[in-house]
Amino acid sequence: MPKTEGLPDVPTVLVITLLAGPVLAGLAGTVLPAFGYLPVLGHDAFSGDPFRKLSSMPGLTTSAALSFGTGITASLMSLAIVLVFTAGWAGTNTFRRLTRFLSPLLSVPHAAAAIGLAFLIAPSGFLARLVSPWATGWTRPPDILIPGDPYGLAMTFGLVAKEVPFLFLMTLAALNRPHVQDYLKAGASLGYGRMATFFKIVLPQIYPLIRLPVLAVIAYATSVVDVAVILGPTTPQPLAPRLVGWMNDPDLSLRLMASAGALLQLLVSAGALLVYLTLELLAGYCLRARFANGHRHPHEIPARSFSLLPMLLIVITMSLSLVLLGIWSLAKSWWYPASLPQAWSLARMLDGLKSGGESLGVTLVIACGAAVVATALTLWLLEARGNAGRRETGRLKALIFLPLLLPQIGFLFGLQMFFLLAGLSGKLTGVLLAHLIFVFPYAFLALSDPWGRLDPRYAKAARSIGASRARVFFRIQLPLLLRPVLVTFAVAAAVSTGQYLPTLMIGAGRVVTVTTESVALASGGDRQIAALYALLQLVVPLAGFTLAALVPALVFRNRAAMRLER
Amino acid sequence: MQSSDSASGLVLDTVAIRLGGLPLFDIECRILPGSVLTIMGESGSGKSSLLDFVAGFLRPDFTAKGRVVLNGRDLTSLPAQDRHIGLMFQSPLLFPHMSVLQNLMFALPAACKRRKDRQDLAERALADVGLAGFGSRDPATLSGGQQTRVALMRTLLAEPKALLLDEPFSSLDRTRRAEVRQLVFDLARKKGLPVLLVSHAEEDALAAGGEVHRLGTDIG
Repeated sequence: MPKTEGLPDVPTVLVITLLAGPVLAGLAGTVLPAFGYLPVLGHDAFSGDPFRKLSSMPGLTTSAALSFGTGITASLMSLAIVLVFTAGWAGTNTFRRLTRFLSPLLSVPHAAAAIGLAFLIAPSGFLARLVSPWATGWTRPPDILIPGDPYGLAMTFGLVAKEVPFLFLMTLAALNRPHVQDYLKAGASLGYGRMATFFKIVLPQIYPLIRLPVLAVIAYATSVVDVAVILGPTTPQPLAPRLVGWMNDPDLSLRLMASAGALLQLLVSAGALLVYLTLELLAGYCLRARFANGHRHPHEIPARSFSLLPMLLIVITMSLSLVLLGIWSLAKSWWYPASLPQAWSLARMLDGLKSGGESLGVTLVIACGAAVVATALTLWLLEARGNAGRRETGRLKALIFLPLLLPQIGFLFGLQMFFLLAGLSGKLTGVLLAHLIFVFPYAFLALSDPWGRLDPRYAKAARSIGASRARVFFRIQLPLLLRPVLVTFAVAAAVSTGQYLPTLMIGAGRVVTVTTESVALASGGDRQIAALYALLQLVVPLAGFTLAALVPALVFRNRAAMRLER
Repeated sequence: MQSSDSASGLVLDTVAIRLGGLPLFDIECRILPGSVLTIMGESGSGKSSLLDFVAGFLRPDFTAKGRVVLNGRDLTSLPAQDRHIGLMFQSPLLFPHMSVLQNLMFALPAACKRRKDRQDLAERALADVGLAGFGSRDPATLSGGQQTRVALMRTLLAEPKALLLDEPFSSLDRTRRAEVRQLVFDLARKKGLPVLLVSHAEEDALAAGGEVHRLGTDIG
């Protein structure tokens, strides 16, 4: 029964404060310095100077154009790849097999994936080595700018390779809705091909569920820092990494200009979002006009095969990149153009592990802390809202997604200032709090669906035999949802591990995780150590997902109904 | 009727379906144009997997032997969309993002090109089942019986050559049930379609008036 219609419950208020608070404060803390107001550094008069200075920076337009272009291209390509693949193959064995590959790829942090990709496609990388010198005649790496090509192609590809698994899993979750399988059958029994059925019947129904994730991808891709540093062009860099450079410059006066730049970044991302919304409108219009024309496109074998190619390419590329990280971290010497190392060394790897141990410990503490808090908070929120009879509203969901719909850099600059004033800058707690802003939305995303699917009659049955609300939660709901709760924990820990910019900004160089360390090492000369740190980034997600798979299997080993395949 | 033509009708030729190696059932029959074969069985007896097999949706964990032949044409290896077999589900499954009329126009063959003609045909189909003027409605605002009637017309407008019914009357209340069931059988007979009906209600089998095949109850 709905009880409190007027007052929102405690966890809702808490979550909104936790997410909207830092975002709004951070935005304010970015806007004010952008107009010359930063009393801490003695700037207490508003002026247009920061913008004037910003506009005089060489190559600024190119930087902004690169951010915009790579971001929107990568997002659109990722969405297209996911949709045509799902349209062509949903429900087939091929689909199921690729799903098994794509799910773990999602938990690979962006930086690790980008480093692996660089090892694969660089002129001195694995692909070039495979065909050299016998086919190419290269005895030394050719002088080609990859990664770092001036158009940002390598960076775009890196982003696509990471966003495709994300959007794919979001689409997969949407396909789990009731009746989707029946709609696919209905389409086919009316003579429609798989792809036509998907685009005319299924997609219009599930699109609202993947829309926010797509928008989040665009906001992220247009303002990404770590992937841009590793794979992006350098003369000039895209906007976001340049802003970070100015922000961390010893010359403190550059901070005002960096804040002005952050506003420009907000504009660039907003522009990309607008372009997408316009395209969405057009596509929707075109699609609706074709709903009822009866074209069934039954002969789709060429289109279906074609839709499989990009997906295969991504899975193969990513898997190969990860294998390369493993090989490089064990390589003692690997001279060009040999395809495999001449000498291996476990000792060097162990040395690296020793020196990386501390940052791995820091990563682990932050990831576990953020994941525990985010998962607990999500559970509290879902339980309280369920108990109050509230349905999950679109407004709440949009609010929870807010930190993902804005470029991180847009409010992290300001937030950094507040954390500095609060004495949280450079502290583990500060970094953990900052991570929480970005981890919580994913935790909510991962858990709200399974929670909603839980048959409410279990709780009713328990309440009717006298169990208290707390008892129902701890003895019925939590155990029934053990698997999704652990998966949520693993997702949250993986997201936290992958955070680069929040760690860099709030950690102020004093909190070093394997992710900040490996981005720093990626541009250095030592490939072996860079590969090792990239691999270390995989430790936390891997441990999390292993735990999430093993624990329920052990706990429920004698409970047939709790097994996965139901 | 057309029973003199030895190739006409829907033939299930020595069909045997297994689930993970265990035999579920086998069936051998021929459904003449305009007649109904009712498959009766408890839930879990494999009724739905038989429909899936005939329509071309059999899940990968099932294996099937035998052939499905419709009017002399072997369908067994054809994809679902090329079989021309109309399927009605337990729920009407109208597409919720389209209007009632769009749902019907969706089913019309593309060969009928002009938008006006398509609309006219769809409107006439609606009128045939007593729903004239419902075209612009949101399917969700229709009653269960009305939705089932729209679903029936949607299935028929696609010009199927056989009809599979997966308990399409089970969601209706008693009075509507008899009425809609009669409508389905009448239209199928008029169009000379072989009908395969799956049900667990004796009254459906009685109303169908045709042959009844009972699936074994010894499985789960």
